[in-house]
Order: sequence, then C-alpha cells, then structure tokens
Amino acid sequence: MRRSTSLAVVAVALLAAGCASDKPTATVTASQGATAPQASATESPAAGTGEQSKFFVQADYDAQLAMRTKQAQGPADKPWEQAIDPQMTDTAGYKKSGDVHLCFSNAAVNNPWRQVGWKNMQAEVSLHKEITKFTALDAEGKDDKQISDIAELTGKGCDALIVSPNTTATLTPAVEAACQKVPVIVFDRGVETDCPVTFINPIGGYAFGADGAEFLVEKVPAGGKILALRILPGVDVLETRWSAAKVTFDKSQLEVVGVEFTDGDAAKTKNIVSDYVQRHGKIDGVWMDAGATAVAAIEAFEDAGLPVPPIVGEDQQDFLQKWKDNNLTAVAPTYPTYQWRTPVIAALKILKGEEVPKTWKLPQPKITAENLDQYLKPNMPPLHYALCGCETLPGFPANWGGKG
Amino acid sequence: MKYAIFVVLVLLLAAIALANPFILEPAGFLAFVKRAAPLVILAAGQYFVIVSGEFDLSVGSLVTVEVVVAARLIDGNEAATWPVLALLLALGLLVGLVNGVVTTLLRVPSFITTLGMMLILSGAVFLWTGGAPRGALSQTFRIFGRDTLYAVAIMVVVGVAAVLLTRATYGRTLIATGDNERAAALSGVRVTRTRILAFVISGLAAAVAGIMLGGFAGVSAQVGQGLEFSAITAVVLGGVALGGGRGSVVAAMGGAFTLEAMFTLLNLYGISGALEYTLQGVIIIAAVAAGAVQLPRLTPTPRKGDAHAS
Repeated sequence: MRRSTSLAVVAVALLAAGCASDKPTATVTASQGATAPQASATESPAAGTGEQSKFFVQADYDAQLAMRTKQAQGPADKPWEQAIDPQMTDTAGYKKSGDVHLCFSNAAVNNPWRQVGWKNMQAEVSLHKEITKFTALDAEGKDDKQISDIAELTGKGCDALIVSPNTTATLTPAVEAACQKVPVIVFDRGVETDCPVTFINPIGGYAFGADGAEFLVEKVPAGGKILALRILPGVDVLETRWSAAKVTFDKSQLEVVGVEFTDGDAAKTKNIVSDYVQRHGKIDGVWMDAGATAVAAIEAFEDAGLPVPPIVGEDQQDFLQKWKDNNLTAVAPTYPTYQWRTPVIAALKILKGEEVPKTWKLPQPKITAENLDQYLKPNMPPLHYALCGCETLPGFPANWGGKG
Repeated sequence: MKYAIFVVLVLLLAAIALANPFILEPAGFLAFVKRAAPLVILAAGQYFVIVSGEFDLSVGSLVTVEVVVAARLIDGNEAATWPVLALLLALGLLVGLVNGVVTTLLRVPSFITTLGMMLILSGAVFLWTGGAPRGALSQTFRIFGRDTLYAVAIMVVVGVAAVLLTRATYGRTLIATGDNERAAALSGVRVTRTRILAFVISGLAAAVAGIMLGGFAGVSAQVGQGLEFSAITAVVLGGVALGGGRGSVVAAMGGAFTLEAMFTLLNLYGISGALEYTLQGVIIIAAVAAGAVQLPRLTPTPRKGDAHAS
C-alpha cells in the first residue's frame, strides 16, 4: 500500500509536470508560429544583448527595414488593400463566374490578436454577396488537426482556400497538396513553398523589433539601462523581432541590462520588472517583443513609486489607454489584424481572374504620440487591437466587444 | 525538525540578499511577501486536503476561472466589485464542495475527481472566452492584490485562520482521518464530512488567491497555469506527508515562501523560467522518495488501517 501510494504520487508529479510544460504559445500576441520548439538558448542578462538569434537572416532584415519607408500602393484609407512593391501574378486560369464557396483553415483563435482578426475576416466575408458559402475550420493550434482540416476542405468543393498556417514547415506538404486542387491564399505565417497564388502579411518581425528599439535609442540618453522582455525563445516571428532590436541596441550607446522571458504572463512580467528596478535602482527604457504584458510592466514602475521610463508596447487598447492617461513616452509597433481582411479580398480577385501580388506585403504602421488619438478607442475592450481596420465593417463595435 | 523548512527559507533569503540587498529593507521584504501571498494561501488550502489523505489538482484552473469571470462580470464597473467578490468566494466554495462530495460520497479517487475538475474548468474558461478574456477589473478589485499592505494583511488573516482551524477539533479529526481512516471512523470521526470540508477550504483558498492574483497583475487566461503543482510542491516542501496524516499548516505555508524564494533566486541569476517546473518536479519526487524510504523506519505509524489488516 505504501509503495503504491508513492507510485501514485510520482505519477501526480509527472502528470502535473506534463501539463505544465504543455504551455500553449497562446499569449504570443501576433502570429505566434511555433515553427521551432523552444530552443535551449538563454540570454545572460549580464552579457548585454547576448548571441544573435539563429533565426536572423541579414537579407530579410535589410529588405524589411527598407520596406518601412516605401510608399504602399492602393487606396489610402484602406491599408488592408495596399501592397508594398507588388509583383503581380496572373490568375486568369482561376477565373469562374457565379456563387463563391470560400473556405478557410485557421491555425487557432486562442489569443486576443487572432480573435480580433477572425472577427475582421467574418465581417469582410459578409460584405460580399457573391460568397454564398463560407466554411471555416479551427485547428485549435494543432498541426495534425490543421493537416486533416486542409485535406477535408479540399474535398468540399471550395472555390478558393485561405490558410493561416499553425507552423511553417509542418504545414507545407498539406498546403502543397491543396494547391493541386484549389487556388490557395496563405496569410500571417508562411509556408515553405511558392505554390499558393499569393502570400499575404505585413512587413514583418524585423521591422516591428527595430521600430521599438530605434524609439528607445532616440528617447533614452546614452548609457541608459534597457530591459528587454520577450515572451519565449525559439518562435520565428518573435526571434526576428528581438534580433532586429539587438542589432539596433548593439550599435547604440544604451546598455541592455537584461533580456528576460515572460511567457506572456502578466504577473511574471511584473515580478521581473520589479526585480530589475530593485537591482539596478533605475531602468531607463523597456523594450518588449509583444505588447500583451506592457501594462503589467508599467504597473511595476507605478507600484514602486517610480516614473515610467520610455516603453515599447503594441496596439492593444489597454496599453494605448494607459499611455494616454499617464502621458507616457511610448511607441507601439504593430502587426495589424487588418491583414485578416485581405485574404478574402484576394480570393475574390483571383476568382475574377484579376491579378494579385505574388507576395502581398501590407503596410505596418507604428503608433506614436502624434497619432495616438487616432487609434485610441475608449469604447473598445482592453484586449482589442486598434489596427483592426474594422471600424466601417458591419457589426462594429458590438461584435468586437465594444460599446456604443 | 518539524519547521526545518524555515532554515532553508532563511538560507535562500540570505542568498537573495547577496544579489539584491533591497530585500533586507522593509519595503523590499514586504514586496517579497506580497509576491508569495497567493501561493501561501493556496498552500494553506492544499494542506487541508493533503493532510486528509487526498489531492486537489483543480486549484490552478479555479484561479483562472475566478479571474476571467471577475473581469467579465465587473467589466470596469466599480459598483459591481463587491457583489462579484461575494460571487467569486461562493464559486470557490461550490467547486470545493463538488470535489469533496464526488471524492467521498461517490468514492472517486480525489486524484481523478480534481484532475477532471481541472479539465472541466479549463475547458469551460476556453469555451466561454474563446481563449481571450473579455472585460476589465475595477480599481477596487485590484487593490487586494496590488496594494502591498492589503495583500500582506489578507495573507496574515488567512494564515492565522488556517492555524486556528488546525488547532481546533477539526484539525485533529482531519489529521486522524488522513492518518488512519478506519481508526478515525471507529472512534467517531465523521470522515466524509471532514474530507468534504477540506476540499471546501481548498476551493475557498483558491478563490482568495485568484482575487489576489487578478489584483496583482490584471486579467489573463494563463494566470492559474501550473499553480496546483506549485501548491502541492510547497506543501510537500513543508514536510507534509503526501498520503495524509502528518504535517503542519505553518510548515506548508513556509514551504510556499521557500518555493517563491527559489523562483526569485532563479530569476535573479537569470535562469530560464522553464527550470521552475524542473525544480518543482525534482522537489516533489525527492520529498516523496525520502518520505517513503526513511520515515517509516523512524516512525512506524500504521496508515490508512492497512497495518491492522495485515
């Protein structure tokens, strides 16, 4: 009996450990493609910015940073229809008339960013009368489910298939198989094949990371102490954000006193920031790879009775509100959720035989003190993303959880 | 020996102080206590369940439920704070009651009951929120976890209440139940009622911890993740025997402080957060292994009535 009790207890321990390590990447704000498993690499806080990420690709970095200043083509008031440096591709072969059955394989709706985006897409679909049927399957963040979802959708008579891949490498064969049967539109995270008719996403992680870091270099005096907060290591879209920030910080006079992982957890973020404030007496700037826990970081300074230093957040409502209310020195790079509208528009263009950009790069604005008021919408819920491009869509604001 | 954990705690605090002397100042120490408070409260609740010979694996997801429900119902409205607080405490009591009744009256092992409850609650939260919590907490709600004095005061009140409860008749019947269920029943202890009450206390503790964690850092659907494991580790660290019948609630709370000190130390030395789980896993296995190998020889206490049967 005694033996079996201890065995049971060990089982509890193992089981609980299993649950705990199954931590979803759900809180990764933007497109948390779990392309690579958690890497073992840890940044040593004492060593400044540490080693460069193995995800860093110089050519992509250069391309993205250049794209930030390029004028996007398309209607000025509809950034989701704009494209940067479009290389058009012919789609005459996909032309069809009549009703459209549009299909969508979604990686997940398990975080606020994807929730806002998913609502954008549904509202966009409702704008187009020619879409008589819209079939969407949610892969719930699981690669295997998404592979079978895609196979299922290709057998359902879809006229076009939109895919938001859960991970890059694993979903590639499934997307390739689908390309044989229907025109495929991929957005957010990519796949390692050019068989989709178009791949849609904003400029990307390097631009996001650099926007924040450059702001701190500008606002924090030389020698200032920077704390960099990351969600978790090993995820491509987050690694690119940090690696671009690292390049910027390495060239600057700022001292990065710590690079810490928060798991996207508000309490942990608050604890980490408090610890750093205690240890260093003062932190002069906070860089973050995603804004979900920015308010927790701000509160850590408030609770310590210190002024909030220049900080990098994202376009989430709670952060923008705090920024406005406390008149912070802040910037919000974005990974706009309006990109969820574009695939629907692209699908209809393709089915009309109109050409579309092969790589559809959407503009990726940043929110600054100058345009903050334009993006701050006090009637929207705290976790809403301001760059939804959804203000004129049917059902706004109620369907997005807003009031009024 | 019973309070050996406090020696470990003092050593850890000294190690923290080497890297961060601020913890020696009153404000720094209170900040540490405030950070540990939710886990201390959870460990106190978990103590009652473990010492009665059971487990409560549902507390982590119960904490998440409490925070997500609070945000949705309060939705930034100060006036809603107090009614919602009452509702949250009632919810904690209810979940504990269900755990207790299913475990005792339906004779489902508590491991399964509370594991099932954990899955039910996390699934329900996901369904209700779709993965992203809605609404906002009010300033009044947040003060309990955010304001250091409130947080420390709540922890002290809960701690004192837990100690008084273990010193009362209930505490003795609880230990008797965990130590030897049959003997306890034969000597007139209402074993079923005692165990149900232990689960109810644990549920209530989870509700209080949830209110404090929500207050500390705001709304998050991940807030309770892994807390059941931390609470069990803390209790085991405090020398409470898994399987029941031995241990003190003060040591269990000391275990929670110790665990929090370890986390702080790991953080201070820049060691990845993933190691926290590894550390907890090692502690729990080592503690149980040590208990199984050594303690029986030192104290040949018959447990759960088996010794009489053999």
